[in-house]
Order: sequence, then C-alpha cells, then structure tokens
Amino acid sequence: MAVVKLKDIAQARSGDKGNIVNIGVFAPNQAIYEEFLSQLTPDRVRTHFTGLVEGEVLRYEVPNVLGLNFVCKEALAGGGSSSLRLDNLGKCFGSNMLRLELEIADHLLIDIKR
Amino acid sequence: MKTVRIGAAQGFYGDTIEPAVATAEKGNVQYICFDALAELTMAILVKDKRKNENAGFTKDISVQMKALLPYVKEKGIKLLTNGGGINPIGAQQEILRVAREMGIKDLKVAVVTGDNVLDRIPEFEEKGYALNHLDTGESINQIKDKLEFANVYIGAQPIVRALDAGADIVVTGRTTDTAQFLAPLIYEFNWGQEEWDKLASGVFMGHLLECSAQSTGGNFSGNWQDIEGFDQIGYPIAEVSEDGEFIVSKVQERGGLVTVDTVKEQMLYEIHDPSAYLTPDVIVDLTNVRLENVGPNQVKVTGTRGKPRPDKLKVVMGYENGYAGQVIVGFSWPDAMQKAKKVDEIIRIQLEQKGLHYEEVRTDFMGYNSLSGPLAHENESELNEVYLRIAVKAKTKQEAGLFSRLFPPLALNGPPSMSGFSGNTAPRALLGMWATLLPREEVEKQIKVEIAEV
Repeated sequence: MAVVKLKDIAQARSGDKGNIVNIGVFAPNQAIYEEFLSQLTPDRVRTHFTGLVEGEVLRYEVPNVLGLNFVCKEALAGGGSSSLRLDNLGKCFGSNMLRLELEIADHLLIDIKR
Repeated sequence: MKTVRIGAAQGFYGDTIEPAVATAEKGNVQYICFDALAELTMAILVKDKRKNENAGFTKDISVQMKALLPYVKEKGIKLLTNGGGINPIGAQQEILRVAREMGIKDLKVAVVTGDNVLDRIPEFEEKGYALNHLDTGESINQIKDKLEFANVYIGAQPIVRALDAGADIVVTGRTTDTAQFLAPLIYEFNWGQEEWDKLASGVFMGHLLECSAQSTGGNFSGNWQDIEGFDQIGYPIAEVSEDGEFIVSKVQERGGLVTVDTVKEQMLYEIHDPSAYLTPDVIVDLTNVRLENVGPNQVKVTGTRGKPRPDKLKVVMGYENGYAGQVIVGFSWPDAMQKAKKVDEIIRIQLEQKGLHYEEVRTDFMGYNSLSGPLAHENESELNEVYLRIAVKAKTKQEAGLFSRLFPPLALNGPPSMSGFSGNTAPRALLGMWATLLPREEVEKQIKVEIAEV
C-alpha cells in the first residue's frame, strides 16, 4: 500500500458559477477509479477544502470518462466578482484538489507514469 | 452523410483572434463562433455604456471583424457572436462600419435583442414572479435598487431565424455560451425542436469549443510539459454529422494537443449535474458520452443524450456591491515571511488607530498561500521572497483607497527590505450576482431578429 498524491495519478480542472466551484477529477484507469469512488467522498473533499469551501459538497459520478464531479457551494467568498480572493474564479481549486492523498495498492501503480 | 465544420474563435472578452484567422484560412470551416461574455463582462459593458450611449458591446469586435471579414466574403464563412453584450445594436452598427471602411459590400448583419430585461423587472413583479435567488432562495428586495444589469440566457433559435433570413453575421447579447455553436447545426441539418439527442450533442460540441484552447491543450492538468506550441496554440474545430456525432480537432499548423485527456477536462468544466446540464434548447446528459482518439489531434464524441428543454429560463443580474482596494509589497530573505506578517500586523493596528473600519480586510502572502489559502504547505521560513497583499472591502471607492496611504512610510519605518512596490492601483467596483428564473414565454415574446446590410 502506498500513500499517493492525486497529483501523481489524476487530472483535475475547476471552474466557477456564482459562488459555486466545480472540480472535475479523472482517474487514469478503472481500478484506480474504483479507489476514487470509495476514498474520494464528498466529506473527504469538504474537509480537504476547509477554510475555502463554506457550504456543502456534492459528488456526481461520470464513469464513462472515469470522472467525478465535485460541486462545492459557498466556495468563493461571495462569488467571482465580489470576492477579495486572488483566485476569485476558483481556477486553482483543481490544482489544490491534487494535493489530496489516497492509499493505493502498490500493484495498481506499476503502469502509471507521471 | 452531410457534415458541418465549425471553428471556435473566442473564449472571453480580450481573447486573441489569431487562432481563428488560422482556422478561417486552413480549417475548412463554414462557421466561426464566438463566446465573448462572462458574468463579469456584462458589468464592464454596463459601465462602458453609461459613459457612452453607443458603447456597451465588446470593443474587440472591430479587430475581430477586420481580421475575419475577408474570409466571410471569399469563403462564405459565417460569423456568430454574442459580443453584442449590453448593446447588440451598437455592435451591429460597428460591424457595418468596419465593413464599409474595408469596402466590403453585400453583407447581411443580423442582430438579436430581447435578452436585456432590466427595465422589465417591475412588470415581472406585477405579474407575481418572485425573482428569488436560484441558489439561496433569498428575496430580491434587498438588492433590487442596486441592479446594474439583468439579462436572460437565451438559446439558439433566434440565431437560427437570423441564418434562415440569410445573415452572414449574427450578433447577439446574452445568448448562452453554446448557442452560437448549436445554431448552425439546427439551420444546416434542419433539426427539429424536439430532437433532444441531436440538440444535446450540438450543445455539448459548443461546450467543448467555447473556451478557446481549453480542449486543445490549454490549461491541461495532465502532462502539460509535453504540449508543444503554446506560443501559437490552435483553437478547436468540430466536424459535426447530421446525427449529432462530431470530431474535435484543430488546424495542423498551430500548436496544442487534442486527445481524450485534454477534451475530457473541458467536458466537466463549469458543469454541475452531468446528467442534467440545463440550456434553453435542451437538457444535456453527458453520462453516456464516449470520447475516442481516432487520429492525431482528433477526438470523436458520441453518445450525448438530451431531455426536453426546461420551461423556465435563467436570468443573471448584477448589482453594486461596494469597492475593493488592494496593496502589494514585497519582502526579501532573510525572514521574508516574518517581515511580511509583521507589516500585516502593523497595518491592522494602524487601521484601528485611524478608525478605518472596513467590511473585510484580507491578507495573502503571494508566493506562499495566495492561490491555495489554508491548503498551502507549511515550510514558510526559508522563502527567498514573499509579497504581502492586503485587500479591503468598502462601501465607497474613496474609502477603499484610503488604507493604501499607510504603506509607503513603512518602507523606511518598518521591518527591513520592504520593496517591489509597484504603485497603488485604483480601487475596483465589486459586483454581486443574482441568478433567478423566468417563464420562457415572457422572454421569448420580446425577442427580435433584425437584419441590416451594407
């Protein structure tokens, strides 16, 4: 078992709508997608973004592209055009998501080169 | 089977037109489509129009037309843009002016109006529409008097009517980001208003194309280091079949990368429920979409499904929400972070001493946590340098600017090595957003399509 940062195994992109940020996260293969499904829970993501996301986090499964879509509410301190944050459009939520660490069985990591 | 080729030209107000020129030249496209509007753009355009009655559209429309009008005449490429913003008729006039200046003749420029409902708010209230906030349910009363704009997201059908009437160029206000891309397909393939799967496929194509290079390698979170040609990146092109399936590509001569990996990141961009992406023309379901690499820089997209369109349309309104002032100053090693924190402390004490009470005072350490907030790493002691950024929120512009005067003296009076001060920038207006719903008939009965010619 290895502790792996999402950065080394996943893709992620984020965007804004009003005060909501969504983060699409993609697994490199089906086996690791299964791990995402069990480990990347909305609670886990909500805790990870403590201090940035004030509202609830919803998770949508998009298995056809091995993706999860996290919708984070009250995530921009009021929304892009009235937030004092430098990342006022939530562009960096995707990269901040990639800091999150998962436990992945070693044999699942053999073919992943990043 | 008949196909239509569509090129993307613009992802935001201020984008470069060069990739679209390459697409016009080498992309073998029949349509070039623009998405010029973001929530914030509308506010900028409102301010422009307040200063000058003829302004209020995206000014870069002149440069875009100058670059592309020759291809409209030579190759019969049609241009569709929502760059009309808050003044679509002004944009239409500007396009005609540019055409005249270039000596171009026999050009039909259509304009779509009716999305701007700012003056109709009292009428809606009289009719009993609550206009409560879509996400929070709050009443509009608290912000009603501060509204700067109110525009309904309208769909592709008015643009189709303009194409039916023979328009070479269609300029609109607040159509959805994808409407410009869907409209040519409805027009060319004669898709019915209830062919949900096809319409959904057209919207999804537009979604993949409307953010410039974000599906051709831009902003790619994967192995971005391997992407070649960022300096001359290509914008996406879609070749769409009559059944709605399409292939995303770009012109060979420009940089970037089109693969399942670059396209799928854009697939979920700014999407909430992937099984119900709401647009005025159809509700799009992406959960059966299949992306497939079918050649170098070619991704085939199939399996998009659609559900009946919603009865209500989304309105986005912007209201005045105070002003933000900001100062940025740098500090060098040793103890860069410690110095920056000390100055933050000094400024906050001085704000108290001088009775400057702001609604919010925010501190960021640029180079350390300004883009990551509480998620930043903790090794802050050995930073070579760090920039302290303090931002405040105030009711008036004047108030928002006041605190910046506290900084210059600290270059001599505070902790050592405060530098990299690039001058005070003028406070900027903040804008609150109010999203709500309206019955579609209320909006659609006011939509007009008009054509003018040179």
